[in-house]
Amino acid sequence: MILLVLALAALTASGLLALVTARRPRLAALCGVAGPLVAWVLAITPMLSVLAGGQSLSAEWSWTWPLVALSLGLDPLSALFLAVILTLGMATAVYGVGYLREARTPTARGLAWFFFNLLLATMAVVVLARDAVVFLIAWETMALASFFLIAFEHDRREVRRAAWIYFIATHLGSLFLLPLFFLLGQPRASFAFASFGVQLAPGAASVCFLLALVGFGTKAGLMPFHVWLPEAHPVAPSHVSALLSAVMIKMGIYGLLRVLTFLGAPPLWWGWLLLALGGTSALLGVLFALAQHDLKRLLAYHSIENIGIIVLGLGAGVTGIAVGAPRVAALGFSGALLHVVNHALFKGLLFLGAGSVLHATGTAEIDELGGLMRHMPTTATTFLVGAVAISGLPPLNGFVSELLVYWSALVGMTTLPAAAAIPLAALIGVLAASGGLALACFTKAFGIVFLGLPRSAKVATSHEAPRAMRMPMLWLALACLGLGVTGALVVPRLSAVVSLFAAGPEAVSALNDGGMLLWRTTAVAAGALGLAVALALVRLLLLRHREVRQASTWDCGYAAPSPTMQYTASSFAQPIVDLYVSLLRTRKRIAAPEIHFPDAARLETETRDISREGIYEPLFEGAERLLKRMRILQHGRVQVYVLSLVLTLVILLLWNVR
Amino acid sequence: MNPMATAWLEIGLALLLAPLLNSVISRVKAVFAGRQGPPLLQPYFDLAKLLRKGAVYSPTTTWIFRAGPILGLATTAAALLLVPAGRISAPVAFPADFILLAYLLALGRFFTISAALDTGSSFEGMGASREAHFAALAEPTLFLGLAALARKTGALSLSQILPAASPLAPEVALVAGALAVVLLCENSRIPFDDPNTHLELTMVHEVMVLDHSGPDLAFIQYAAALKLWLWSSLLAGLLVPPVAAAWPASLTTTLGVFALAGCIGVVESTMARVRLLRVPHLLAAALALSAVATILVVR
Repeated sequence: MILLVLALAALTASGLLALVTARRPRLAALCGVAGPLVAWVLAITPMLSVLAGGQSLSAEWSWTWPLVALSLGLDPLSALFLAVILTLGMATAVYGVGYLREARTPTARGLAWFFFNLLLATMAVVVLARDAVVFLIAWETMALASFFLIAFEHDRREVRRAAWIYFIATHLGSLFLLPLFFLLGQPRASFAFASFGVQLAPGAASVCFLLALVGFGTKAGLMPFHVWLPEAHPVAPSHVSALLSAVMIKMGIYGLLRVLTFLGAPPLWWGWLLLALGGTSALLGVLFALAQHDLKRLLAYHSIENIGIIVLGLGAGVTGIAVGAPRVAALGFSGALLHVVNHALFKGLLFLGAGSVLHATGTAEIDELGGLMRHMPTTATTFLVGAVAISGLPPLNGFVSELLVYWSALVGMTTLPAAAAIPLAALIGVLAASGGLALACFTKAFGIVFLGLPRSAKVATSHEAPRAMRMPMLWLALACLGLGVTGALVVPRLSAVVSLFAAGPEAVSALNDGGMLLWRTTAVAAGALGLAVALALVRLLLLRHREVRQASTWDCGYAAPSPTMQYTASSFAQPIVDLYVSLLRTRKRIAAPEIHFPDAARLETETRDISREGIYEPLFEGAERLLKRMRILQHGRVQVYVLSLVLTLVILLLWNVR
Repeated sequence: MNPMATAWLEIGLALLLAPLLNSVISRVKAVFAGRQGPPLLQPYFDLAKLLRKGAVYSPTTTWIFRAGPILGLATTAAALLLVPAGRISAPVAFPADFILLAYLLALGRFFTISAALDTGSSFEGMGASREAHFAALAEPTLFLGLAALARKTGALSLSQILPAASPLAPEVALVAGALAVVLLCENSRIPFDDPNTHLELTMVHEVMVLDHSGPDLAFIQYAAALKLWLWSSLLAGLLVPPVAAAWPASLTTTLGVFALAGCIGVVESTMARVRLLRVPHLLAAALALSAVATILVVR
């Protein structure tokens, strides 16, 4: 435990040092990046030993406040999330060294490092906290630190707007957490996690579940509470976007999981609700991602899809517990937990890749890019790895966790009664549909940005990212491959975490079966790759002594194709967007040529957020209309203000005297 | 003969006979049109000719373009290892293997689409977009249909599901109908796509591979033949009543595969392809079949 506290101290100290040394860029970067590196090195041993099923750690310090104790602890669940936080923290910090080199002012640089390290430290405290008050303080500081990071380029109007939307949304979410912890702590009048969960009436447990779902779902970006996510993630500096999308939204999942451990046996409808929300997020998330033109916005929407997949896994797990099927539960939870790790790796990687593109070309507008593979080979290749992984394709890590979720649903669907089997069958259909759409989304993102010809002059001057930015992308790409290949070894070792939710010999044997299954899938996928290598050799041998010519791309007889004639991201996605137009509400503005000969023409498409337009904006407008009535009280005449003060005092006095 | 050897023999048979399916289809179409048709071995002649040629590459392309055909063929061949031939179990069979099958094919599709986008041609981009679109609609049909069969038969592996499912049960018939639609879509046959069309604007799969030549094109055509064999033997495994002994089982399934090719020929001779905008409706109908089958099975 002392190592973990030292790691937290290292993060805080490095943030402060970077703030102090902000005037000297190299020193500040060194100070800023030292914290995450040291913290990772310090924390790795306790994390791994607890994750592998070792003794859970805990520590408690007395505090002068009543009801509160500064208590921290590390159990397998915390260890899994802490590993994600610190690993991604390290990778994005190293990337930040390259990315922040061009920060405009020393203060901006210092503050960026300070809040970055503060965000890491508070996220670590969130998963370590064993007391509701400590948890909430860390939770709010995390929200503040991320708010300042999102508002890093605050001289741009849209950045300020996005940061405020985030700020308000995250506090609306927190609003549901206060009553949640109050309800949990009431029976024993204590905010310590250890005292939660006993003597909770079934009704109260359900209320707690709903509060946690809204409160933590807002942070996780679960539809329909996701409005802030596609606004805030794209405008932050890219290494921060990576950290937010890969790690911070997972704090919502952590919170939900932690609360589930307090609530006892779940009723079946919790599983239904999780499956419904997860399915909605998975499908709509990827559809909205497909309709985007901005690479970072596309990635942000796609995080909603992945949160959806995680919640689908949780839904399968909760359904499994509710109907007494530990195999289904263990597989569902293990799939969800592993997808937390996997999504952190590939989404972090993809955001870093998008950052390199933005850094090199100055734009993330997909339709202005193209042909970057020639200019930035490392970024392109690592982005490709991330794209294949996020589409859930073998042999990379995305496939491992999606397969576990599929298998959990399949086992449940074939053995359980209809009330559980039908929702699980729907899970299979939804996951398959979102998998197919994710493939469309990421062939679009990779193919249009990195392949073909440059679509604007911005690409011509682009350059590969500096080494500090390339290294983390390589590490994350290797991690995606590593977890994909070693999935069979990892899954049985998740039993310590999974046992918090689904314990018993059947759960352990389900995870072992999962490992066996993954051996086979890995073997077949490896066979496919081996065959590909053999075919590549055959192709080389065949072409060795033959004429291999270069000729311009065949454009059906047209000999002078220009880059602007290429298919764009919008045209690639158009058939799908048009098919689902009733969900996406994509707006088109067309200025078609009016004479018979080619003339200037224009087409604009815009896809705004359905939940923002349909739920949040009317809600806030309604609230504003309601509160406008209070304006009568605010008119600027001091005398009347004083009068109302006096009146209030007199009324209170009378109340007391009565 | 031990089962493992039989299983691998079936794979060898598939690798050898797959291009013949295309000749059966074109022979049936020729008969319908009153023509004589190309010789039955024409696909083999085509492959041999392409393998002997050099290649032409666009200067726009990168290694992705060269990797596309290779990965397409490798993933299809690996997916073939998971497909049983009637009673004869596949060489590799394990629970939930159909998920790996679909995702292996998807991996090949990822690189085929990327290779098409690598050329920078608007026509190939168009084909890539349509391929991604239709595949995204076909995938849930396949998964739901096979999951329904898994519940019906109480088995999780293709090699156990297919022989155990009797085509006379209504749920199985529904799934077979859905899979037939998916087969036509995945193999770019009429009514989804016309493999013999000569107008690039109307193509789906063919337009994605316009720029490939020589051995690359041979890989692509062979992969397409293997894919047709794969889907046909899945459907044949479902429709042909299982026979106990090994050799008759192999024979009936192979005959079933060729009979399906004949059916595809009949469909192609008697139907026009539907408008592109109608394709999603057709796939949605197939999805509805799968969904109804699922509900019937779970009920």
